[in-house]
Amino acid sequence: MSSAFNYHRAASVDDALAVLGQHEDAALLAGGHSLIPSLKLRLAAPGTLVDIGHLDELNYIRQQGGGVAIGAATTHHDVATSTVVAGQAPLLAQAAAVIGDPQVRNMGTIGGSLAHADPAADYPAAVLASGAHIVARGPGGERVIEAGDFFVDLFLTGLQPGEIITEVRVPAQPPGSGACYAKFPHPASRFAVVGCAAVVAANAGVCTDVRVAFTGVANAAFRDAGVEGALGGQPLTGAGIDAASAVAAQGVEVLSDAFAGADYRRHLATVFAGRALRSAARL
Amino acid sequence: MAKYIGQAVKRVEDRRFITGKGRYTDDIKLPGMTYAAIVRSPHAHATINAIDTSRALAADGVVTAFVGQDLADAGVGGLPCGWQVDFKNGDTMKEPPHPVLAVGKVRHVGDPVVIVIAETRDQAQDAAELVEVDYGILPAAVDTVASAGEGAPLVHDDVPRNVPFDWGLGDADAAAAALDSAAHVTTLEITNQRLVANAIEPRCAIGDYDSARDHYTLYTSSQNPHVIRLLMTAFVLGLPEHKVRVVSPDVGGGFGSKIFHYAEEVLAIWCSRQIERPVKWTAQRSESFISDAQGRDHVTKAELGLDADGNFTGLRVTTHANVGAYLSTFSTCVPTYLYGTLLQGLYTTPAIYVDVTAVFTNTVPVDALRGAGRPEATYLLERLVDTAAHELGLDPGELRRRNFIPPFDGVEQPGYQTQVALQYDSGNYAGVLDKALEMVGYDDFREEQAAARAEGRYLGIGFSTYIEACGIAPSAVVGSLGARAGLFESAVVRVQPTGKVSVFVGSHSHGQGHETTFSQVVADQLGIPIEDVDIIHGDTDQVPFGMGTYGSRSLAVGGSAIVRSLDKVKEKGAKIAAHLLEASEDDLEYAGGKWTVRGTDKSIGFGDVALTAYVPHNYPEGLEPGLDFTSFYDPANFTFPFGAHLCIVEVCADTGKVTLKRFVAVDDVGNVINPQIVEGQVHGGVCHGIGQALLEGAIYDGDGQLVNGSYMDYAMPRADDLPALELGRTVTPCPHNPLGAKGAGEAGTIGATPAVVNAAVDALWHVGVRDLPMPLTPQTVWQAIQQAGS
Repeated sequence: MSSAFNYHRAASVDDALAVLGQHEDAALLAGGHSLIPSLKLRLAAPGTLVDIGHLDELNYIRQQGGGVAIGAATTHHDVATSTVVAGQAPLLAQAAAVIGDPQVRNMGTIGGSLAHADPAADYPAAVLASGAHIVARGPGGERVIEAGDFFVDLFLTGLQPGEIITEVRVPAQPPGSGACYAKFPHPASRFAVVGCAAVVAANAGVCTDVRVAFTGVANAAFRDAGVEGALGGQPLTGAGIDAASAVAAQGVEVLSDAFAGADYRRHLATVFAGRALRSAARL
Repeated sequence: MAKYIGQAVKRVEDRRFITGKGRYTDDIKLPGMTYAAIVRSPHAHATINAIDTSRALAADGVVTAFVGQDLADAGVGGLPCGWQVDFKNGDTMKEPPHPVLAVGKVRHVGDPVVIVIAETRDQAQDAAELVEVDYGILPAAVDTVASAGEGAPLVHDDVPRNVPFDWGLGDADAAAAALDSAAHVTTLEITNQRLVANAIEPRCAIGDYDSARDHYTLYTSSQNPHVIRLLMTAFVLGLPEHKVRVVSPDVGGGFGSKIFHYAEEVLAIWCSRQIERPVKWTAQRSESFISDAQGRDHVTKAELGLDADGNFTGLRVTTHANVGAYLSTFSTCVPTYLYGTLLQGLYTTPAIYVDVTAVFTNTVPVDALRGAGRPEATYLLERLVDTAAHELGLDPGELRRRNFIPPFDGVEQPGYQTQVALQYDSGNYAGVLDKALEMVGYDDFREEQAAARAEGRYLGIGFSTYIEACGIAPSAVVGSLGARAGLFESAVVRVQPTGKVSVFVGSHSHGQGHETTFSQVVADQLGIPIEDVDIIHGDTDQVPFGMGTYGSRSLAVGGSAIVRSLDKVKEKGAKIAAHLLEASEDDLEYAGGKWTVRGTDKSIGFGDVALTAYVPHNYPEGLEPGLDFTSFYDPANFTFPFGAHLCIVEVCADTGKVTLKRFVAVDDVGNVINPQIVEGQVHGGVCHGIGQALLEGAIYDGDGQLVNGSYMDYAMPRADDLPALELGRTVTPCPHNPLGAKGAGEAGTIGATPAVVNAAVDALWHVGVRDLPMPLTPQTVWQAIQQAGS
């Protein structure tokens, strides 16, 4: 059971911003699938919860400017089952479909997951490899943050205090490219021990575009420049993918825990890079 | 005769559970009830230098708080151990105090230190956070073997080497000689890892002292309310037993962890007496992880000797058994009498010796967990046998067949006397293996395995042929072995004047479906509709006495007690019927719910006889009115279910992940009353056993912190981890109880674990893997593959 807190059901994003501004110890509540467990374990004790999960202005999926715009309070289930997302941003749909379990997916939201920045969450890898942007609104107005600048460290993002994620903008996946999110889930939490999101495009058998991002591997999700550099411009073959995958997570401080030590986790990164890339390349 | 027995009668309990109408302890709300929160040690081993409850006492809604010294000053005793196991040299078991709230020192993370009582649960928790305890942190004894070594921190100052007892069974010289002269010796070093029981309902206790009657009621999520009452009144609180009622209403699973007498039960009752208000405590899940007794935790060296023909000639087992920080209720018999006695397995091994050293550590106490000793014994035996088969190039089925005890029914052929104290009741061990091999399509699988290997895929099959001992008994024997309780069961059959039947049983149902199974027995034996039978359990004010439910004993022992009372009902009923029919008792037969004069159409129904018993106008002279009988059934022996489990796995070479492809379980649990309930028990048991093999395991770090004490980290088996189970059955009745039943609650757990590990080792033997430590996490298996290849 949590400590006592005040509950504010926000009337709008502006209202939520105002309450956040008034209470330093306020926390945002959307799907509650990270925050509520923290409250129950008394790992967090915010004075006020500002509930934005029900706001229509944050709950939408639409085509917008050659891509998809997803409202921050859109549930994982809605992302996973949207035909718009499936058509334009399949990586996000694939990632959303393997988050937690159906109950989690029915409640958890994309904005909540990204803001929480769990190092083993699924979305960050997909957002990075998609080249998405995260839109945040705060006391200073709205700004657009590149995914690459967003995931800073363990549970730490590029958000400023008082900012609320309002939208995730995902550029349409280029025609002719393929994408895959491959995940090795922890048997208890079902978070990613390693999750790899890959986008690959080829022309005449040569890899013209490759983006590979990992979650679960380090303190924050990251794009793997080593793998991308090893495959870009090279023939897109199984052997080429294997060679590129073999350098996954090099130069990265890899997470280590009882279930997966650093050596094993790095090995898994190579395996799942290979699986994601092969699937994306339809090999 | 048998209208219900043997049928898959739908569980009568399910309607209330499925519709959310189960009544668990935490559902009980009493007028004026207060709520307790317990401050627990965050350290594995520390002195308590000072406790300051002043801020907590001043917090909103707080009624009071107590520390260990308060209970000590009031003369509250420590929690008792229910089984005394003395040292091999005859020295008395060392049984250091197990205070209800720690005094002076804490000995594991989760050791209770302070109880805070408030008007609401939230207030109690808020206030508990304000209690300040000044700890002096001490080095912790954590590792099972190292803690029994020189220089390890002492968990209890007066227990040298942290060893409360050691124990041996069998013929050490014969076993040594057999191993010395064996043509081949297979040796394994095995860690049977610690498990957390994880019942879905967290433990809960409500103490309710009624000052008007000077009477206490304890509501508790227990598997055996009478035993809790006996232990709590006689050993801890010194209360008069007739002034104490213990109620265990619906209980959401136990798996052994709710057998034991826990501190919170004492606290709820004692605190209620102090404040003269009801006190409720309900565990949070995080608390369950550090306060429910845990299971297994053995480190063992096991050696199996074989002659040139593959006959087992000797077995020697040396085990360190971690008992945690205190001796929990049955912690002492689990790694001894419930473990060493099963090392004969299904085999004719002529020389066996087992040596056990119990070890205190600064961890949560270890006690019985589903199987309790038998899984540990079976695991090491079945791992040894499969390993021996690999080493000798023999088929694991063929090696078993060479060594199986031949079939015996316990009637025409006598029971089988083992080298380790037990006498098996009846068995046909080759029968279950043959059936399992047929179900799995063994020869086809070996071809499939060879083809897969050619493609670089790792497929394997694991064997496990197990025996287990249920319904531990008789009382005189277990008493001579150190049990401080009897192991009988009681049942009252109360025929109401209308012929409806209330049955009061000492067995306790917390998932087993007793209300259905027992009703089937009663309805068939009396020839009445099953709707006319009600099963009542879990209340010491209603049931005369009971030893409760554990060790798969309820049908074999509790069911037999019911049958005894039914026999008495029928015997007395026959006297009344004979009187009413003006016939001799000898001329009557009872069938279909009526007594008939043999060879005539003269009969009288059960209901008429029941009514006559309570309206005894026209009644046999000298016969007491009423139709209500109590029986106490003390079995002649244990029962010995057995079975063969075969598991097929695929190991992913890239990740090390073990995937179950098939699981075939053929179990012989004696006569079956309700096949669906038995299948459910086997399903649950097998899943539990698979959980140990692949997923589960409590991890303590060097400081004694439980690293994976939540469902974010502690992996339990889920539906998508499991294949569809393929179940089969043979029936070898128990010759010594009236139902011929043996017990099904633990069989699956005991058989499944080694089958899974044997399958994974079989999949990887050709790449050089010889053993895999449980749980077979992907990392563990991947590392083993890497090491084998290097």
